[in-house]
Amino acid sequence: MKGNEAIAHAAIRIGADGYFGYPITPQSEVLETLAEQKPWETTGMVVLQAESEVAAINMVYGGAGSGKMVMTSSSSPGVSLKQEGISYIAGAELPCLVVNVMRGGPGLGTIQPSQADYFQTTKGGGHGDYHVIALAPASVQEMADFVGLAFELAFKYRNPAMILADGVIGQMMEKVVLPDFRPRRTEEEIIAQCPWATTGCKGRRPNVITSLELDPAMMERRNLQLQAKYAEIQARECRYEEIDCEDADYLIVAFGSCARIAQKALEHAREEGIRVGLFRPITLWPFPSEALASRARQTKGILVVELNSGQMIEDVELAVKCSLPVEHFGRLGGIVPDPDEVVDALKQTFINSPEKTK
Amino acid sequence: MKEEIIIAGFGGQGVLSMGKILAYSGLMEGKEVTWMPAYGPEQRGGTANVTVIVSDDRISSPILSKYDTAIILNQPSLDKFESKVKPGGVLIYDGYGITTPPTRQDIRIFRIDAMDEANERGMAKTFNMIVLGGLLKIRPIVCIDSVIQALRKTLPERHHKLIPMNEKAIHIGMDIIAPVTTEPATV
Repeated sequence: MKGNEAIAHAAIRIGADGYFGYPITPQSEVLETLAEQKPWETTGMVVLQAESEVAAINMVYGGAGSGKMVMTSSSSPGVSLKQEGISYIAGAELPCLVVNVMRGGPGLGTIQPSQADYFQTTKGGGHGDYHVIALAPASVQEMADFVGLAFELAFKYRNPAMILADGVIGQMMEKVVLPDFRPRRTEEEIIAQCPWATTGCKGRRPNVITSLELDPAMMERRNLQLQAKYAEIQARECRYEEIDCEDADYLIVAFGSCARIAQKALEHAREEGIRVGLFRPITLWPFPSEALASRARQTKGILVVELNSGQMIEDVELAVKCSLPVEHFGRLGGIVPDPDEVVDALKQTFINSPEKTK
Repeated sequence: MKEEIIIAGFGGQGVLSMGKILAYSGLMEGKEVTWMPAYGPEQRGGTANVTVIVSDDRISSPILSKYDTAIILNQPSLDKFESKVKPGGVLIYDGYGITTPPTRQDIRIFRIDAMDEANERGMAKTFNMIVLGGLLKIRPIVCIDSVIQALRKTLPERHHKLIPMNEKAIHIGMDIIAPVTTEPATV
């Protein structure tokens, strides 16, 4: 099935309570598949096409406030519209899942694949000092698996989680093993698990869900609490995959669809005797800086491959602290490079320019 | 075993669905598969293409530089993909509307006039299955039983009565595909 379809099936199976969305290419199959599956008749999951992306994210805000497992999905321009809501949800410390199947920008851009929302996802997007937990799937299997993982992390830290995919991962079909069916949580289970939620305050003090705090001293304290939480997430939740890194002279760092293309490029390069490995961040925030830095120590240079003009490269440079050359190869605006282009870029950058390596 | 295939033609020729049936057939045999469409405005009437990989092992990139087999259903696709077949690979093309036939000497070239055949027999809708039959004759990537299973899986129940006609189309394709000897390109 398609990556987008896998998201929908996984959401139903893990017992999600609600989906609120608005169609946009290349992720419309999420809403379409949910409409086709009619989970409201089976698990009781609500599926609603909102009047806009802004409405959808605010429905998510409301659902999340009551402790429900709720999500939305969109593609780049639509996710831009959701940023205000995401900031509010982060400020109110609520769990939710936002899926972004990226397309080329800026503006309305194109419907073709892109990874140009890396900054938006990992550096804020909305206003204020906040972070979302960002997972980058590189296969249809991971599209299915990360729905459950994203909700698990979102509830564990009471923080929005985002699945950052792109048109390639959303539109391609692969073999997938879907998660087992899990019933939706009962009201009692939600009350027990989410004592902060607005579940009806009979017999207890009311829970107030808000991101507003007019007393700056209190607001600073809230921000410091948030920062402490983010530090904990950074310490505990970094995820990454390494392929053929043990003997690598050079590293390619790439996420999502680019990591798949880079993997093929790596096979080609190794056939030519170039020892290159692939480091694939799975969490983009928190970024696996320490793991990358320790792997980079044995290598002569890093090529960052992205479908953008150079965004994740900044986190790679911060991670390795200028200890070795870090170069970039990217295609923009919806163009996806083929594996040979990546091999050529690697050769041009390092192999044929020995002065660039340490 | 790993087969990297590009199928390219006009939108509406059934390029994407042919790829999908091929991928599902591989799935029926327990193989790893990827199906990566050019999903852009092409889908609505321009050129359409899909990359299908069927493999015993985990597949790396769903997007490729070179292909083992190219199935070409119009001139723009031939112009684009002839050079991207690996040496020793296979190129299958439908002669309909082809004004500049392929010229490469280092690949195996086959012609299948599926468009004409489908129209003559009044089976226009099974055009892509005729082509698939031709492919399976030359490159038996999956067995016909798996294709039938895949059709059962991908077609809605109300269309299952069309499966025998599709099976017939596959056999027609196997019969009419023929090797082509190319003339060296004149410079």
